[in-house]
This record gives sequence, C-alpha cells and structure tokens, in this order.
Amino acid sequence: MFRQATHRLLTRSTTTTTTTTIRRVFSTEVATDASSGDAAFIESWKKVAPNIDPPKTPSQFMEPRPPTPSALPSKLTVNFVLPYAAELSKAEVDMVIVPATTGQMGILPGHVPTIAELKPGLLSVHEGNDIKKYFISSGFAFVHSNSYADILAVEAVPLDRIDPAQVQKGLSEFTQKLSSASTDLDKAEAQIGVDVHSALNSALTG
Amino acid sequence: MASTAAVPFWRSAGMTYITYSNICANLVRNCLKEPFKSEAIGREKVHFSVSKWVDGKPQKPTIRSDTPEV
Repeated sequence: MFRQATHRLLTRSTTTTTTTTIRRVFSTEVATDASSGDAAFIESWKKVAPNIDPPKTPSQFMEPRPPTPSALPSKLTVNFVLPYAAELSKAEVDMVIVPATTGQMGILPGHVPTIAELKPGLLSVHEGNDIKKYFISSGFAFVHSNSYADILAVEAVPLDRIDPAQVQKGLSEFTQKLSSASTDLDKAEAQIGVDVHSALNSALTG
Repeated sequence: MASTAAVPFWRSAGMTYITYSNICANLVRNCLKEPFKSEAIGREKVHFSVSKWVDGKPQKPTIRSDTPEV
C-alpha cells in the first residue's frame, strides 16, 4: 500500500511529455499516513539521520478519513453539528433533505461530492419511517465521496419550538420595513427578515 | 473583464456572509418559544474587552458586553 504512495508521489513530479495528463489524486484516494507514517519521508529521514526515530507528523495523530467504499453503501452517515452541540454524530440514515440556496436538495447514499450553501429552511432526516425535521437558520452541507454528509448550521430548532405568533409578527414587521427602507443596507436587512420569516412560516404550515 | 458570478442581494448591499448568517440566526432565535428562547439568547451573549496596542503598549481597553452593567 505504501509502495503505491511513493509511486504516485514520484509520477506526480514527472510532468514532462506524456500523452495523457497526470491526474492529481483526491485526498480520499491517497493512502493516508495513518499510524506508520509517510514511507518516502521515513526513507529519506533514515538516510540523513539513521540513529534518530523519524518525527511523527500531525496526520499520524489523526483518525484517517473513512475510505471510499467500492460498493455503494446502503446508509448515509450524517454529522449534523451546531456551534454549541452536535445534533447528530455519525448517524446512519437513509436520506437527508437540506434547504440549499438552489432549492431543496435530497442527499442519498452515493451522492456526488457536493458543497452546498444552505438558506433558512427545513432540514429533514429520514430514517426508515421516521422523519425528523429541523428549521435551520443558515449554514453549509458537505457531501463526501464515502457517503458521509456534514451539515453545519448556526441555529437548528425542531419545529415544535417555534412560536407561530412571533413568526407572523416578524413577517408583518419586516414586510413593512422593506417598503419603507431607504439605504441598500436597510433594504438588505429587511429582505433577510422577510426571507427568514416566510421560510419559518412555510416550515410551520407545510 | 467583468465578473459574471451572480452575487446574493446582501453581498451587493455591502454585507458579509457572517453578518448575514448572524442576522438569520438572531431572527430565528427571536421566534422561539420560552424557555428555549431565553436559553438560546443567553447562550449567545458575549462579554469581552478589547485594547489596541501602540508602540508595544496596550491602550485603554474598551469593554463590549451583552450583559447589563450592574
């Protein structure tokens, strides 16, 4: 496995006349340093300082990235985190629907690696027959090639914690502010208010 | 060569993504039911002191706080 790593590192440097372009490997495909360390580095270290143990690199202390399985996994592993807590940590689910800026995006196992910016909206986690819904204020969703999905949100609340009266009040307040706004910044803030409250509204009613 | 990437409305109004995200989060927090609302608002309170440094010496610090002065 490590002979492969050195071979890849060497072929990467020889970019002279080749008919096919050398493809740069993704980090998920390269054999990781893991516990034994990078073979090429250790080889060159031993030439220079044979009596001293080679130093450990930071990647040797880290858990290696879960490898991309060759067969399509049956479940999606979701890490749904907030700044102050991890809602879901390595939870195995069937599907997640995230509110991306380009629309509601469904993520299934084997989804193409994606980075999606999220807009205020509904996130639903589907596991068998259970659907857990959260309202997200904004954030990002990263889908990796090994069917791991990382969803980062600033605020995520289950729908039953939202007060509908406050939502209606906020919506009317910001719609009014939008029509009376003068500067670009005021207009933008009012528009954000309208967007968030209408998203909250549709999440509660939908 | 003009950039053709579509900018979100808040970016063209001079707002950064972090400001936008924080505004969205604050609006959502305001729409929560009690006790979750006070819990969420309390969690986000900050209290810190900032001082600029000139010639290797700190100047008078300014205290920025969400907790009311007692």
